[in-house]
Amino acid sequence: MTAFFSSPLLPPSLPDYSKCGKVMGMKKWQVISIALIIVLAGVAAGFFDFSQQVNPQLAKLPGGPQVPEIPFRLGLDLQGGVHLVYQADLSRVDSADYDSAMEGLRDVIERRVNYFGVAEPLVQIEGRGDERRLIVEIAGVIDSEQAIELIGRAPFLDFREPKDGYEEIVQRNQQVAETGEGEIEDPFQITPLNGSFLERAEVGFEQLTQEPTILLTFNSEGAQLFQEITKRNVGKPLAIFLDNVLLQAPIVQTEISGGRAQITGRDFTVEEVRQLVRDLNAGAVPVSITLISQQAVGPTLGKVSLDQSLRAAAVGFLLVAVFMILFYRIPGVVSVLTLSLYGVFLLFLFKIFGFTFTLAGIAGLILSVGMAVDANILIFSRFREEFLGGKSFAISWEEGFRRAWPSIRDGNITTLFVAVILFWFGTSFVRGFALALTLGILMSMFSAIFVTRNFLRLFLNTRFGEFRWLWK
Amino acid sequence: MKILRYSKFLFALSLALVLASLVSIAVFGLKPGIEFTGGSILEVAYEQDPPSLESVRSQLSGLNVGLVSAQRVEERGVLLRMGDLSEEKHQEVLSALGEGAQEMHFESIGPVIGKELQGRAAILLVLALASIVFYVMFAFRKVKQPVHSWQWSLATLAALLHDVLIPLGVLAFLGKFYGVQITIPVVVALLTVVGYSVNDTVVVFDRVRENLLKKVGVDFADTLRLSLEQTFTRSMNTSLTTLLAVLAILFFGGGTLRDFALTLAIGIAAGNWSSLFVAPPLLTGKGKFGLIS
Repeated sequence: MTAFFSSPLLPPSLPDYSKCGKVMGMKKWQVISIALIIVLAGVAAGFFDFSQQVNPQLAKLPGGPQVPEIPFRLGLDLQGGVHLVYQADLSRVDSADYDSAMEGLRDVIERRVNYFGVAEPLVQIEGRGDERRLIVEIAGVIDSEQAIELIGRAPFLDFREPKDGYEEIVQRNQQVAETGEGEIEDPFQITPLNGSFLERAEVGFEQLTQEPTILLTFNSEGAQLFQEITKRNVGKPLAIFLDNVLLQAPIVQTEISGGRAQITGRDFTVEEVRQLVRDLNAGAVPVSITLISQQAVGPTLGKVSLDQSLRAAAVGFLLVAVFMILFYRIPGVVSVLTLSLYGVFLLFLFKIFGFTFTLAGIAGLILSVGMAVDANILIFSRFREEFLGGKSFAISWEEGFRRAWPSIRDGNITTLFVAVILFWFGTSFVRGFALALTLGILMSMFSAIFVTRNFLRLFLNTRFGEFRWLWK
Repeated sequence: MKILRYSKFLFALSLALVLASLVSIAVFGLKPGIEFTGGSILEVAYEQDPPSLESVRSQLSGLNVGLVSAQRVEERGVLLRMGDLSEEKHQEVLSALGEGAQEMHFESIGPVIGKELQGRAAILLVLALASIVFYVMFAFRKVKQPVHSWQWSLATLAALLHDVLIPLGVLAFLGKFYGVQITIPVVVALLTVVGYSVNDTVVVFDRVRENLLKKVGVDFADTLRLSLEQTFTRSMNTSLTTLLAVLAILFFGGGTLRDFALTLAIGIAAGNWSSLFVAPPLLTGKGKFGLIS
């Protein structure tokens, strides 16, 4: 190249550093211990990341130490599952009650989804104003047709009265539960009173005690039915079922006419009362939902995607590592070491914070491996330039780090901007990618600067600096 | 450095590529994916050799599912694109395809969501470009002579448009002949290109700024040329390592990520090119756009 590099190489001016036994103001033992701490932290994080592989080996050691095992969380696209988006029809609900109506609906759907017995199903509300949606994610192998059918069904609330011989049935049930023999019999029987006769449920407060209570208002037909039922069941429980699950069975105190009832007592907390009111309203004023989007990934495809993306990650890492070592020699080796630590720490973050791995997330991580070494390249290039320009080994490194910093900062910030903007986009593919990219960039700035720098300090004041071909 | 002697030619080449991309987009058009239009995708795998695409089409002919296309994927898979389907229709399609077809992946998106995402994607692209332009303006705010900070950001913006238009041109071409669509992953890739490619440009500009302060070079064009020479290798290397990672995704990451990785690869390559041969020439000429002579 021209002008800049044609000046004759000056001999490295190391002595002024080596004689005082310090490396940039740090004692040798300090340099070594910092590097050692970083490596040990990396090993510990690595053990934690790969606990599944490490633990069987550790068990063979005396005492059989074990690493705490937390599995990686895999997204629907990697383990199979369905992602459903429902549009809620709130036309029958008062606009002031949108929030609680949606929460009631969510509770109902959550209960139904739990029925599938899969790990950590997700049911969440999205949107504001009168545009409300319900997102349901169910992972694992399920019959999506059945799931969709079950979720879409309107919640069913009904009131049931005790059968004849209620006490005996309950006693028998208790025996069955204790001995494990015989069958449990339902002590309640169906009445004609159901959610469609209930106008609304509200939270109320007892005038004297200020205890929270539940107020029920029936329509005129419901009031009639309720009166008949309470009349014949004074002193007995009246059970309220939602989706065939018992919510409450308050004891009827007296025949109730006029269609307004109150459920009190049993030391309800306000939260319990709210929850019950939501459930009752979910049955009384059902919010109908329509499926507007569905994504289903079969478990086979999930497994294939996982394997392929992991392979891509391994290949990507390897390619970058080989390139760095071939092009930058010793600094290259240091950067590969740093890159491994970067990967290990990043996986550690995913595990400890329970972030979900998606296909897009893994793609983001692979991409970030390529970007993570960018900072190192900038630093190493700058070092080379200074070193070839005749500065001493140690000073060249200091200059390399110092002068590369503005470029590293400016470059990473713009990518970070985009990652943050992407996060707002909201779909799960984009979020997974944006999260991985953001974490990757932040972690890479840390590793490229802090970790690389501390590793490189090990070489200062050694004879390594004299072998110029190792560094350029 | 020899290659810089041809910078006029290389700039013209970029210009030609951008024009070709614009033509490609205008002629072939971009095909938005179902996320943006509404519709459905069903991928099934057969245990034995899959039936011919014609027989698949005829299996579905009576169902009124708005079949858009049917294509072979992987070894024994068939990918169907249809209008958006209710769950009943979805089940009807599956039973029409018969027992041998196992569902791998199904996606149905209503038109409401599609409209919404379309709007959001457009906003994001504008937001990303704007934030970067402002950032560059901010980062170079102290440089007044010989180019003002808004000129740095304008040159960056031009380079970014170059980096986005070229992959889009390729995608339009691939869309016409291979059915490649502008899906959400592709949009994400484009946005990432915007965020990443500016890195390279910033690395070059940073050096120009530094050399300006040190008064390196006889005139601005000379400073630019020297700065480019100094940053050439590192600029290439940073893009190359990222490209290596992207190529790993492209070739080993599986079908779901293919279009995403392809867009990224083209975008990153274009971004590297533009940081060396598009953005710097645009800086010269004291406010007027000129070329390095």
